[in-house]
Amino acid sequence: MAETISLYILPLIILLILTTALIKKVPVYEEFIEGAKDGFKVSISIIPYLVAIIVAVSMFKASGVLELIKQAIGNFLPSEIIPLIITRPLSGSAALGIFSDIADSLGPDSYITKLAAVLVGSSETTFYVLAVYFGSVGIKKYRYALLTGVIADVISIILAIWVARCFFLANSGL
Amino acid sequence: MNYIFFVLIALSIIFGILNNTMGEVVNAMLQACDTAVRISFSLIGIMAFWLGIMRLAEKSGLVQLISKLLKPIAKILFKDLPNDSPAIGDIAMSVSANALGLTNAATPIGLKVMQELQKENPKKDEASDAMCMFLGMNTAGFQIIPATVLAILVGVGSKNPTEIILPTLIVTTLAFLSAIITALILKKIWRKHG
Repeated sequence: MAETISLYILPLIILLILTTALIKKVPVYEEFIEGAKDGFKVSISIIPYLVAIIVAVSMFKASGVLELIKQAIGNFLPSEIIPLIITRPLSGSAALGIFSDIADSLGPDSYITKLAAVLVGSSETTFYVLAVYFGSVGIKKYRYALLTGVIADVISIILAIWVARCFFLANSGL
Repeated sequence: MNYIFFVLIALSIIFGILNNTMGEVVNAMLQACDTAVRISFSLIGIMAFWLGIMRLAEKSGLVQLISKLLKPIAKILFKDLPNDSPAIGDIAMSVSANALGLTNAATPIGLKVMQELQKENPKKDEASDAMCMFLGMNTAGFQIIPATVLAILVGVGSKNPTEIILPTLIVTTLAFLSAIITALILKKIWRKHG
């Protein structure tokens, strides 16, 4: 159901935009090309920022620091979801990988898996988005954008744990 | 960002020595450079496509229409933008793309928003208030249907994958609102203390 909706929304939006443009007598082909010309420039301009953030995050993951952090705060949270919490703001694909692992090893219907699902579904790759979006227009001073993102992340983690507890813990026997 | 970059890399190397994982660390470093370039190149086509479509949305007046409809909200959230800025319409489309889980469209439209906001930005190397608000909304990750997570749950054989939709929606909505409130509060604090 959800996937069907997602499948149809995109083409319908494109149809709506094209039709409106045609009614307004916009030369749709020429204007499309005019806009599309920037695609290369914008994509290439984010390479340095992508390299910086992806290199730093990949090295961090490979070094095994996560294991250490996991041990340090393991007393406060279910230890399985700590790598997920740390990875989520850094890398989307890595977070999905960890989530798949959790679902696989603890079972798709366990409390931790559901908590992890809510966590992944309700947050974004904050550092990645900031690096790439600011990088694309050459902004070097982020001012309070980073702090906003981090505070929002912390709030969403706390909320996820609390809401998952309300919804799932009552009848999971944990 | 300077500190984050430094801390991530310095910690990795120090722990690479302590944990004897230096081989992996170096490997990850080299592979990541490659990944970065691949991501950027794979973005070129879809970026061009959406920039083309967005240009049509602009020329046909759709973006301006959305901007006009959202004026009352935009006045509060994006005070530093001119009243009839087309950026408002772009921001709305970006937030919608994220909300609907249209990942392919979200990044190109988001980058387009940044270009529009940069036009109105008086200091070109410093984030404007509008940018901080936009990125706050963006990094909060508001999503109506978490399609990817659902797909994974279905894949591993969950009995009732859809039961995560409502709690996720509650969390993501509250997180989105708290990001907006946080950005509004921090804006005031930053104004006061430079």
